[in-house]
Amino acid sequence: MKVLVPIKRVIDYNVKVRVKSDGTGVDLNNVKMAINPFDEIAVEEAVRLKEAGTATEVVVVSIGPKASQEVLRTALAVGADRAIHLESDADLEPLAVAKCLKQVVADEQPQLVICGKQAIDDDSNQTGQMLAALLGWPQGTFASEVTPEGDAVKVTREIDGGLETLQLNLPAVVTSDLRLNEPRYASLPNIMKAKKKPLDSKPVADLGLDVAPRLKAVNYAPPAARKGGIKVENVAELIEKLRQEARVI
Amino acid sequence: MMKTLVIAEHDNQQLNAVTLNVVNAATQLGGEIDILVAGAGCQAVAEQAAAISGVQQVLSVDAAHYAAQLAEDVALLVVATVQQGGYQAVLAPSSSFGKNLTPRVAALLDVAQVSDVIEIKGVGSYVRPIYAGNVMLTVESQEPVQVLTVRPTAFDAVEQSGSAAVVAVEAVASAGVSTLVGRELSKSDRPELGAAEVVVSGGRGLGDGDKYRQVLEPLADRLGAALGASRAAVDAGFVPNDYQVGQTGKIVAPQLYVAVGISGAIQHLAGMSDSKVIVAINKDPDAPIFQVADYGLEADLFEAVPELTQQLS
Repeated sequence: MKVLVPIKRVIDYNVKVRVKSDGTGVDLNNVKMAINPFDEIAVEEAVRLKEAGTATEVVVVSIGPKASQEVLRTALAVGADRAIHLESDADLEPLAVAKCLKQVVADEQPQLVICGKQAIDDDSNQTGQMLAALLGWPQGTFASEVTPEGDAVKVTREIDGGLETLQLNLPAVVTSDLRLNEPRYASLPNIMKAKKKPLDSKPVADLGLDVAPRLKAVNYAPPAARKGGIKVENVAELIEKLRQEARVI
Repeated sequence: MMKTLVIAEHDNQQLNAVTLNVVNAATQLGGEIDILVAGAGCQAVAEQAAAISGVQQVLSVDAAHYAAQLAEDVALLVVATVQQGGYQAVLAPSSSFGKNLTPRVAALLDVAQVSDVIEIKGVGSYVRPIYAGNVMLTVESQEPVQVLTVRPTAFDAVEQSGSAAVVAVEAVASAGVSTLVGRELSKSDRPELGAAEVVVSGGRGLGDGDKYRQVLEPLADRLGAALGASRAAVDAGFVPNDYQVGQTGKIVAPQLYVAVGISGAIQHLAGMSDSKVIVAINKDPDAPIFQVADYGLEADLFEAVPELTQQLS
């Protein structure tokens, strides 16, 4: 079974995001970038399926500027076999990304696509579901457990208030939630080896798809600031404030 | 005139209350609002939906393959309903149900979706949080069908004093590619982290997993709170990953958030700074958590938390 894992390069989760003063976007200058954390979990899951003998090949794909090759190398260093880079300097919307990925699926014929459930930059949580819809495949979103069984896959999903297990016919799309696994760190020898693994790059434009934006970002603003509070002297004062002033207990 | 379809969230017996918040969002688009109840044996839900104020019509679709609310099947139904009914907007809550379903609908309609809307400025103009709430994006959409998920806590619930007509609608064929094996809804006495009114959260200051439980569980019991943790505490192995509050974990907005031994890393603040009241207990006077806390107590948590628990009794 071939597994395809789409990954995105995003601002590192530890970086304090700053809005440009003119409200036209988020300041990305000299900001540390990294693989989207949910995608890192997706890569780990695919590599584990390969280690378990279920997956035969793990292919990673990223759509973005040239620098996206860095996160593809990261994925190769933790065990992916091959990488595809679709180069685009424009920021594609989830629907456009799903259309590109549909084309990659047509070329690669994977049985399973594992995506991160959402990118931590635009927080859309759409791409995996959209890809599944365009392919007419079933979806197992927010997965905390993925168990392939013959020509189907069992997916345990994190839903509000608990868990739900679905059985999906293969091929299928799965999106990873936090509990799916704990990603490993790449070892130095594997980072070196990853540099020699195949990475094909071509412009998104070569796919001949309509990836023009449908939405217009009008303004980026910081959230309303939280006003600073007070320090209390002791537990008794804290309880008094919570009861009398805040009235939350 | 604007015609909006709201997708009801329910379990075949009970309408989920978030639907009332979504209808409020729909009223802000103006025009007519219909509500789709797709399920199996869901007559009671259709009746509850008919009582929602501001709803014109309830479209009730009763078929076995909608029992589990599988996205593959419900999406095909929503798309058929939108096309037949000439709807210009589809709204669902940004719950795990809505987030699972609507992108499938949008892709099949070949339109962009706007996720997790917190403010509707008009038809096609929305505000949504990005970067885990660190940035508010105003976005415009000219799509012929506006597909939105809306954050229920950002819109008040509408009244239930309406009397809409319930119209039975034919099911469409099942996609036949997925089945529900089972559900395991948590039976814990503790509320679910994402929906709790009170959250008690612990950080690396607790020291280890045993101390986390010994110190925080009695306080959480006392307050009827959900338990959460910082990423540092999760990475150190104190508690499982699903306790994590922050940009890479759960986003919470309870009435009261008690941060114990949490320094306040950016990625943690991103997940809880919409809480109504924040209490921080930390012995480090310079901990960044104090900058967002309404009430800060600079103290040794191993003394202060048991004392707090005891005084609340």
